[in-house]
This record gives sequence, C-alpha cells and structure tokens, in this order.
Amino acid sequence: MKTVILDARRLLCPMPVIRVQDRVADLEPGTRLEAFCTDPGALIDIPAWCRINGHRVVETRTEGDDYIVLLEVGRNGNG
Amino acid sequence: MTRQPKAVALVSGGLDSLLAVKVVQDQGVHVEGINFFTGFCVEGHTHAIRKKEKAKPKRNNALWVAEQLGIKLHILDIIEEYKEVVFNPKHGYGANLNPCLDCKVFMVRKAHEWITRNGFDFIVTGEVVGQRPMSQRRDTMPVVSRESGADDLLLRPLSARNLPETIPEREGWVDRERLYGFSGRSRKPQMELAHHFGFEDYAQPAGGCCFLTDANYSSKLADLWQFRGSKSYEIDDIMLLKVGRHLRPRPNFKVIIAREEGEGRFLQGYRKQYVNLETLSHPGPLALIDGEASEEDIQLAARLVARYSKGRGDDRVELQVSGLDGVSHRLAVVPLSAAEVPESWYL
Repeated sequence: MKTVILDARRLLCPMPVIRVQDRVADLEPGTRLEAFCTDPGALIDIPAWCRINGHRVVETRTEGDDYIVLLEVGRNGNG
Repeated sequence: MTRQPKAVALVSGGLDSLLAVKVVQDQGVHVEGINFFTGFCVEGHTHAIRKKEKAKPKRNNALWVAEQLGIKLHILDIIEEYKEVVFNPKHGYGANLNPCLDCKVFMVRKAHEWITRNGFDFIVTGEVVGQRPMSQRRDTMPVVSRESGADDLLLRPLSARNLPETIPEREGWVDRERLYGFSGRSRKPQMELAHHFGFEDYAQPAGGCCFLTDANYSSKLADLWQFRGSKSYEIDDIMLLKVGRHLRPRPNFKVIIAREEGEGRFLQGYRKQYVNLETLSHPGPLALIDGEASEEDIQLAARLVARYSKGRGDDRVELQVSGLDGVSHRLAVVPLSAAEVPESWYL
C-alpha cells in the first residue's frame, strides 16, 4: 500500500490541516498519507478533518518533537 | 427546484455561523462550510506555542462546528490574496488595523466564486444586523452583498427578517417565516437558539477571531511596516508578531525574546533565518534579531537578552551569537539594567 509523506513541521494549525487537505485532493482512495507536524493541535484537528470529510485515521503517535497522523484516503475524495 | 438546494456557509467556528447553518439545514438545504485562513486568525496559535506541554491542545473551532453539524468543511489558505485587503482597505480600518468591512466583502466574494465553481446555489453567513461596529451594520451589510458580487444570493438566516428578501427566499429554497430577525449586540437570542438546538459547548465570544482587532498586535504590525519602509509582510513575519517580547532599541533592528520555554522552542525554528542569541553562562531566553544589525547593535541586543536571563543581577553574562551563515561566536556582556531599557523600546 502506497504511503505518501507530508512534512507539515513548524506550521501552526490550521496550516497542517490545509496541507493535508490539499495533498489528499490529489490522492487516490486507499492511499495512505503520513503527516509529520510539530503543532500538537494537529493530533486533534487532522483527525477531525478526516472524520468530517470521510477519511480514516489509521494511527496517531508522537516521536520526539513530531506529532504524526497516518490516514487513509476515503472513497469520496477530499470533499 | 426539484433537487435539494445547496448552500455554502462561511464558518468561523463561532456561535453565529453554527446557528446560521443549523437554521438552513433544518429547512432541508445541503450545506458545506468554508473557512478562510488569513494568517491573522487567532485559533489557539499562542496557546499552541506557549503551552505545548502544559495543557491539552485547543481544538479548531471551525472543524468542531462542522463536525457538530455533520457538514464538510473546506479550509482555504488565502494568505497571499488577503494582503491586498490588509494593505489597502477601500473602506478603511477599524479601531486598529482591522479592515473588517473589506474583509467580509473579500470572503463573501471568495464564497461566491466557490459556489459558481462548484454548482452550489447560495451563500450563508452568520451576520446579524448591528452585531459588529463596522461590517455588520444596517448600512454596511448591503455593501457586503453588492461589492462581493453575491447580491441576492447571500442569505443571513439569523437576521433575514430585518433585511430585504433574497433569492433563496423568493425561490422557496428556504421559508422566510422560519428565519430570524435578530439585531443588535446582545448575544442572548443566539444563546437561546443554541440552547433550543441543543448546542452547549460552542466557542464563547472572546474579543474576536482576528489578531488585527488587537491593539497590541496592530501596533507591532504598524512598527514592522514603518521600519521596513513599506506595507509588506510574509507569513513568518505575522506569526512572529504573535510570539515573544518585541523590543526595538534602534530603528534598524528589533529583538524578539522568548518569554517562556514553548516560545523558545518555536523560535528555534527560525534560527536559520535570523541572527540569534542565546545565553550560555546562565539560563535565559532564545532571541532573534530582525533587521540589519551592526556589531555594536548585536552587543546592545546581547545586553538586552542578558537582562532577561537568570544572570541579570551578575556583572557578566556569556552568550552565543549565531549568524545567518551558521557561524557562531561567543560574547560576554554586562546585562542592561532596568533603567537602561526605556519604555519606548517595547512594541
């Protein structure tokens, strides 16, 4: 399964969400996107954006200063 | 219209847009939200920077509202386009550098472009006649409709019965009798309607959602423009205005000093873009120098930063100065005394 990496470090919300939204718009359903952020709010906002736009959050985790969200693009595109 | 009417709503994350969407949703309209990111949106940035490890991060209210309503939300980055609104507002600024009327015209215009592109029928906002001193007055609300190009496609469900009929009402897409006639600055009718709909955990009004309405922030932005010699900014500039203590000891440079650990971490991200200083001999803040600083200026900045370190009472504080070329050198200075930091330096 293809996983696309997105570097959204140093961006404050909602910019990480916007970057995810814009990247997802170009991805096929089923593709996975892993977003690396430094704003802890991303762990709340990106999953919220996924829920309202029909994408699946596979995993959220922290590694050092990074807050990481792994999502799978849903069938309805980014909406 | 045999198909379900479709509207796009400007969703700020506040109570008014939440209610406006709910009112038209309950009339069978399919609604999606648009939220604009100008760079000046308050949205918990200061919180995210300063309280990283101290508290649960704040939610994004626009996303929260969309989730409560079960609608899609499109967040649009308008940072670049928005600059013209900030630099040259046709209708002028409010009490600070807030171009509220031009801002609303701009956002409704963007929404109008969006519905044209996406095959939606009309636009919804949470505006209420008399709610805001600049953009939500009886005489300025028609300006928003007219200058945005949306005209009668702009519906304000909370205040519609105080305003002329719009296309959604005339076409029967919504029933005017089931819209509202709120007016004035009181929030009580909105709070009662929120209670009626069962919304209890909505964002509380807290002095606006835009940093440009903040006197202190506007003063720092005005200083930036004055000393750069033109109205200009990049996203990093306006983010940095939200962070740290800003002092301008000389016209050619200012010093941005972290006030606590979270801000220090945030400023770390700018070390390759700005000459920066950090204390070595004592615990102290990270600081950035914005502007062209001579060796003498850097010496002064170092003394200033030393004043905000734990060594402020000592005779000598050692700092590391890192240049844009990545080369660092050590500097030992005498911290400035309180009397040597005039009030006029503080932005």
